[in-house]
Formats: sequence, C-alpha cells, structure tokens
Amino acid sequence: MLSKRLIACLDVRNGCVVKGINFEGLRDAGNPAALARRYNVEGIDEVVVLDVTATLEGRRAFAETIRAVSRELFIPLTVGGGIRTEADAAAALDAGADKVGVNSAALADPSLLSRLAARYGSQAVVVAIDAKRNGDRFDVFARSGSAATGRDAVEWAVEAEARGAGEVLLTSIDRDGTRAGFDCPLTAAVSSAVSIPVIASGGAGTFEHFAEVFTAGRADAALAASVFHFSEHAVAELKRFLRDKGVPVRC
Amino acid sequence: MIALIDYGAGNLTSVRKGFAAAGAEIFSPAGPADLAVATGLVVPGVGNFGATAALEGPWTGAIRQAVERGVPLLGICLGMQWLFDGSDEAPGVPGLGAIHGTCRRLTPDAAADVKVPHVGWNTLSAARPGRLLDGIPAGSQVYFTHSFAAPVTAEAVATCTHGSDFAAAVERGHLFGVQFHPEKSSDPGIRILRNFCSLARG
Repeated sequence: MLSKRLIACLDVRNGCVVKGINFEGLRDAGNPAALARRYNVEGIDEVVVLDVTATLEGRRAFAETIRAVSRELFIPLTVGGGIRTEADAAAALDAGADKVGVNSAALADPSLLSRLAARYGSQAVVVAIDAKRNGDRFDVFARSGSAATGRDAVEWAVEAEARGAGEVLLTSIDRDGTRAGFDCPLTAAVSSAVSIPVIASGGAGTFEHFAEVFTAGRADAALAASVFHFSEHAVAELKRFLRDKGVPVRC
Repeated sequence: MIALIDYGAGNLTSVRKGFAAAGAEIFSPAGPADLAVATGLVVPGVGNFGATAALEGPWTGAIRQAVERGVPLLGICLGMQWLFDGSDEAPGVPGLGAIHGTCRRLTPDAAADVKVPHVGWNTLSAARPGRLLDGIPAGSQVYFTHSFAAPVTAEAVATCTHGSDFAAAVERGHLFGVQFHPEKSSDPGIRILRNFCSLARG
C-alpha cells in the first residue's frame, strides 16, 4: 500500500535554515546539510528546500546549498524558491534536486509548467500554491504570499495538473507557522479536484494534526519544518502514532 | 566499468550519486561504440516513453550486442519499461522486446484514494527469488514515481499494487529492471544498486 509521506521542509535564507511565522519574523534553526543528514537517518520520506526570500529579493535558488543537502540524501529532494525559468530549473536539477517547485513564475506564465514537464517529465515538476481563505473559497497569492492573483486555488491546481505539474505543494497562508493544524478543508478541496498527489503544508503543530490532514484532509503527503527541526525523535514517534491510527507510513 | 546511458530522458545527477554510494565506477558513454568496454549497462529514464525513441538504431544495436556478450543490464523506471515490447504511452515507439508485454497506464480510483501518477513509497511483494533483490527484506518500501507500468509476467521478481498489480522488478537472465528509483530509495535502494554492481563485476 502506498504510504503517506512525511516531508521535512528546510526554509533557507542566506545559506541558513530558518522558519517564519506567517512568512515573517524568521528564526534560525540550523545548517541545511546537517539537518538533511539527520533527517536521512531519522527516516523522513522526502526533503524540500525552499529559498524563502528568493522570490522577494529576486535571487536565484542557490546551487551550493542544494549540492550540500543532496550529498546527504538518498531520498527525493525538491527545490523551490526563485525557480523562474527553465535555466533556473536546470541549475537546481544539476545541483542534485529531483524535483523543482514553481510558484510565482508559473502564475505569471503557466506555460512554464508545460515546458518543464516536456523537458524533465511531470515527476520533476511540483506546482507550489500559496492559498488564503476567502469566505468559502481559497485565493491564490504570489510572491511569498504578498501578491493577490485573483485566482481560485482549486481551479489553479486543476489547470496546473493539465499543464503538466506532477504534484501540488499546497500551503495555507492562514495556518503557516501558527502550529494550529493544517487547513483540512483547503487540502481536501484541492486533493479531490486533481488526480496528482497533494502535499499539505502550513500549520503542523501536533501529531494529531498529521492524522487529520491524512484522513479528513485527503492529503497524500504532509510537510512541516519546526515540528521536525527541534526534536530528534519526532519523525519516528510521529510515524508510530500514525501507524497506530491506521495511516500507512514507511517504516 | 558500468556505462550509464544518457539519452536525454531526464536528469541523471541522482543516479550517478546512487551508484557512487554503492561503490561503483560508472562512465557516460559518448556514443554506442563506447559500450564495447562496459562490464554493465544502466538504462535510466524518467518522463514519457516516447523519449526512448532516442535509443532506436545504433544505441539499441550496441546494447543488444553487449547483452549477447553477457553484460548485465539494469533498466530503471522508463528504462525498465523499455525492456518490454512497448508502451501505450507512445504506441509507435518499440521497446527492446526482451520481455513480452505492453506497459499500460495505471488507473486512478478516487474512492480508493488511488492517484496517478503513483508517487511515493510503496511495498515490494516478492514474486519469486532473484539476484537483484538479494538481501532486501520482505515488505521493504521503495520510492516510485510513474504513471505507466509493466504487466506482471514470469520475469517479475517483485510486484507492487497501486489500484492494480504491476511489475516492480524483473529479471530475465542478466537483464534486470526496476520500476522504482533505487537511487532515491534510501538503504534498500543502495543495496539493490550494490547487488547490480556485483553482478556487473561477474
């Protein structure tokens, strides 16, 4: 049976792992390669490295960090933040990424998804969507949550799939950094509308939150940062908790 | 030395890294003639089966010759599918035809939470004893990412289930194939690459 994936996110700024609250007030949590090494041993299923300031500051995803992280891992590695062109994607993949996450650039030019999928395969293309609740729908924001796009999250996910995205990395702006739980209605709405896997992100605080997003939220994978960063036993304990709840996870 | 055949179907950085971790010496042949010195062949590949059209002609000829000399071959993901007759994904593009059968699209099933592509860690079920999966404990999980899959034939040494059963690993003589990505499958994956390297040393 296909396992639900636990994904550790390394938000990287200037070569250091940080974790923000609602994308602001960043605090230091360590060295990317050291964290990656620890996660690989602890049994995390996948790692995402995001250049959290790249979009705002117009910087390119930094190849050196990717290289250092990928040396430590024999599990899938996704790189996002600042992937704007095919050349940016090529640089990230050459440095050791298995997948690239595309957010603002895909919103500005959705054909980027098709071009990347044609060149590298859909399995290498992750559409990252930052969404914020607006009544009973969810609005998509670009540029690290700072720019409204007028797009609906479910509709954008469906279009991105049609254009060749192989996975959706779905972040709730409302929940990100709050530890108040994933936005299960958001995740379920997107997951039910597409046939590609959906990674839930934003709001992980307790083990119960993961169980919720894998059941009520219909998530295929759940991503978190600080929950994993600050405890060395979190991954194994969380997997045991989920297994006891009947959620399939990798041993 | 093991030849890693780069025919343009995806990025090979992780595959190279995986073989390095398995202790293998690998090289990227510049052309089909370079396969003459190879002690093992790896046909990787991600994406659309149509990409394997780049193997038609001289590459396929050189690969067949090496295999006839007894050189072990490992197909990974698309490279495993290529060992079969072909795929519904690109009906005009022939595979190597060393194993009979056609690769077909996995079927999504929303009610059963079966999504396509099949992405993530799934369990290997042993179909029969083989050499490639030697030392891999029953129930081991490996990393898959694919939409098309090969049928379960007599060559299957391991199967996997995602909606329906498909071939996860195949062996026919010294031809080997894995639908999953050993280079991204943590310890069991590196063990499988090491097994292939041992076979390629003879």
